[in-house]
Amino acid sequence: MDSNITPLLVTALSETIRMVVVSMLAATIVGIPIGVLLVTTAKHQILECVPFNRVLASIINAVRSIPFIILMVAIIPFTRLVAGTSIGTNAAMVPLTIAAIPFIARQVETSLKEVPYGLIEAALSMGATPLQIIRRVYLPEAMPGIVAQLTTVVIALVGASAMAGTIGGGGLGDLAIRYGYQRFRPDVMIATILVLLVLVQLIQFSGNLLAKRLDKK
Amino acid sequence: MIKLSHIEKTYEGPDGPVPALKGIDLTIEKGEIYGIIGLSGAGKSTLIRCINMLERPTSGKVIVDGQDLTEMDAAQLREARKNIGMIFQHFNLLSSATVYDNVAFPLRLAKMPEDKIREKVEPLLALVSLSDKANQYPSQLSGGQKQRVGIARALASEPKVLLSDEATSALDPQTTKAILQLIRDINKKLGLTVVIITHEMQVIKDICDKVAVIENGVIVEQGPVLDVFVTPKQPITKDFISVLMSNELPVAFRDAEISQEPFEGAQLLVRLTFLGESADDPVIAGLIRKFPIEVSILYGNLDHIKDTPYGRLLIGITGQQSDIDAAMEYLRQRDLRIEFIGYAEKKYLHA
Ligand SMILES: Nc1ncnc2c1ncn2[C@@H]1O[C@H](COP(=O)(O)OP(=O)(O)OP(=O)(O)O)[C@@H](O)[C@H]1O
Ligand SMILES: [Mg+2]
Repeated sequence: MDSNITPLLVTALSETIRMVVVSMLAATIVGIPIGVLLVTTAKHQILECVPFNRVLASIINAVRSIPFIILMVAIIPFTRLVAGTSIGTNAAMVPLTIAAIPFIARQVETSLKEVPYGLIEAALSMGATPLQIIRRVYLPEAMPGIVAQLTTVVIALVGASAMAGTIGGGGLGDLAIRYGYQRFRPDVMIATILVLLVLVQLIQFSGNLLAKRLDKK
Repeated sequence: MIKLSHIEKTYEGPDGPVPALKGIDLTIEKGEIYGIIGLSGAGKSTLIRCINMLERPTSGKVIVDGQDLTEMDAAQLREARKNIGMIFQHFNLLSSATVYDNVAFPLRLAKMPEDKIREKVEPLLALVSLSDKANQYPSQLSGGQKQRVGIARALASEPKVLLSDEATSALDPQTTKAILQLIRDINKKLGLTVVIITHEMQVIKDICDKVAVIENGVIVEQGPVLDVFVTPKQPITKDFISVLMSNELPVAFRDAEISQEPFEGAQLLVRLTFLGESADDPVIAGLIRKFPIEVSILYGNLDHIKDTPYGRLLIGITGQQSDIDAAMEYLRQRDLRIEFIGYAEKKYLHA
């Protein structure tokens, strides 16, 4: 293996990590509240508002149904507005975040739905406000599930970030395409794949560990 | 303490409206343990959930501690609910919180400072004998222990009323007894008003002062537990009681013809029910000493309804008809309930 691969890999890996971490954080901050609203505004729920729930669910579904590669291109004007540019690592974070939000919202919704309604009723019977129920019942009870689900999202983001890399976003995907494919450097290709493999394993492992730690059932 | 007037509740089911409660009137006095019994689907849960407005009645008034809950807005209702503790069949504890944190939960909702919370939670854990389990999670507890956590949590906000929806239905008989005993102690110690929903007459018998029998969304019978036990009026009430106290005759008489008139070789079957003081009355001894008759005891048991001793005896009397009539007259004058079954001939069973 060429000795000059290592700095390339390090740069690419740090770009990938930055893309994934930033877009994951941003998407989680938006996605969790949306997931909470999806559950709590449904029928017979603590913030019941069925029309709102329907609209929200349709928006989520609409965004989710757009393939990432198309979404990335379609929102270029918006990306430019937010990131100031449409290429590079920073620009890639915008579509990554947008794509991850509905994904996270649905995953969070699934986890929250598993909280037995009896617990919500018990909290109501003690005079809890809807906000208290979300903060003190729904989220802590669903946390192991949410962590497990978010792990999947992080891994999906690693994949998507590689795709974003192909349109000049930097990161491991970019590296693999530019060196491994276009310049025909199989060593770079293999090294990139190995790094991705290890990265994904690491994420899955820590996600599982954390979810298990949190689960007191 | 609790007054329900003309409560109706109709659910909107997929196949049209489901009337779950059809005009319930119920008054529960302060300090009482009030039992509500009924078959599955009778509307018991709906009824108890109307008391803290987890279920809003379609019409009618719910008055708890002088306040009409049906007229309150959401914030007032939350305040009022702190006065009404509730325990559940499936405990409904937070699986992500320790025993301590579960009991502290209602106090944290009320934004009580942590040192005050500790001062309240520790004696509560002691009350339900779980001090040593404070840092365990519910998954590490037995059903009975979980329900004790539920009770401690329900008591944390110092409610005046405790609602229990089938709180012992998921527990074995011994644990059920222990939990009921705990509820009874708390009722005595704190003067708490308790409403208990159950489908088991045993629960009613063990701790309730009064009982209401609910059938198809209507209260068909209510009153002090002793009265309802001794003189049940509705068939459904009799069914519930018969689970605890069989009215069947002993095997030797089961297929025998029962006649209201005396006949040759027959004995007069009489069921005697003793209550409270009268359980100590030596009735049978008196009967034999005073009249030249034969008395055989066919069946007997002694039990308690809450704290009142309660005995039942099935006797067979043989002798001269005039003596039998005089003996019956003697029994009627005693402080007990007699049920004249009839004359029957004992069948001897051959193996
Ligand atoms: N949310 C609901 N929507 C529609 N119908 C309901 C709902 N909850 C209860 N019911 C109906 O109301 C009736 C009374 O139900 P309820 O749960 O009060 O019975 P219960 O006496 O508590 O029965 P169980 O002993 O099985 O708990 C039943 O016919 C039930 O199907
Ligand atoms: Mg029920």
